[in-house]
Amino acid sequence: MPDPSPSSLPPPRPRPSLGELFLTLARLGLTSFGGGVSGLLHAEFVRRRRWIDEDEFIAGLSVSQALPGVNVANLAIWLGYRCQGLAGAIVGLGAVVVPPAILIVLIGSLILQLSANPAVGTFLAGIAAAAIGLSLSVGLRAARHAMRHVVPIVIFVLTLVGSLVLHLSAPVLVATFGPIGIALAWRRYSREQG
Amino acid sequence: MNKDSLLLALIATFAPLSLMTIGGGVTVLADIQRAVVGHYHWFTDAGFLQIFAVSRVAPGPGTLLVTLIGWHIAGLAGALVATLAIFIPSSLLVLAVAYVWHRYPGLVWQKAVATGLAPIAAGLIIASVVSLLASARGGWIAWLAAGGVAAATFQARIGPIALLVLGASAYCLLSVATIWLG
Repeated sequence: MPDPSPSSLPPPRPRPSLGELFLTLARLGLTSFGGGVSGLLHAEFVRRRRWIDEDEFIAGLSVSQALPGVNVANLAIWLGYRCQGLAGAIVGLGAVVVPPAILIVLIGSLILQLSANPAVGTFLAGIAAAAIGLSLSVGLRAARHAMRHVVPIVIFVLTLVGSLVLHLSAPVLVATFGPIGIALAWRRYSREQG
Repeated sequence: MNKDSLLLALIATFAPLSLMTIGGGVTVLADIQRAVVGHYHWFTDAGFLQIFAVSRVAPGPGTLLVTLIGWHIAGLAGALVATLAIFIPSSLLVLAVAYVWHRYPGLVWQKAVATGLAPIAAGLIIASVVSLLASARGGWIAWLAAGGVAAATFQARIGPIALLVLGASAYCLLSVATIWLG
């Protein structure tokens, strides 16, 4: 059964304090081995704590992906800004960058040695697979969000094929399909309003 | 090079790359390697591969590779300067967009941008999922664990860390089981 649409959920809870924001983001940032953080953030911010709703999250995710920069950092800035303004944005960025940066400098080589151990290596590979699964769930939600009209469906399929089969880079795909998608959505919304 | 010119070289290398990383840090990896191995000779090929491997297995964004580069060539100041150089330019841009976005809520252009970019974001994410799983350790077990975790998020309100641990445990059990069953 798909989960209920955002409108049928109870109203969002109060916004997190700066401290909560930092601890939540830092904890998730330190749990991610090899990607999948947007999935972690979705599970925590939208589904578990309900600090922001799904539409807002997907808007932030889409903008974060299309702008330059590390996706996780962009999304943390976006979520932090949404929850606590400028201070939230700074705390958000700091939370996903500073703790892992300290860790990688201090015990990066140790982690590399540990991961050569078969048992640890298997567990880390399992964490990575699970994190990829969380990414997949966010990708599917964004796809569902886009599947309301024909053109977005076509753009979704072309992006997928362009990336997987033609090995086109993200900037090329964003530069090609971004303007088309935005222009068509704009025309549709202006017509609905006018 | 003295310390100050090392720090300036770090800024000159990483700050421009900050604005070229659309779709994740992987896109500028080749540029980083060219600069720090080929141009400045700060690392040998083997040395670069070593810190690259560390950045892959350590928690946090893979882009923290630049933190390690800064640390190795100029200590604490180098780590700070390199990290700030790669994150600040792109972060200011995101912040500017977030500001404008929330300053004028509910406008047609916002809905248009969000809806127009969503299918591209979805395509990029799912494409990266497929290519990560195709090269993941464990083959079908990785696909199964990832699929199971994704399905679980549509069923129950489980926290992300619990999901990671459950998925990783299932992965480990299946890996051990396939070894035993030969």
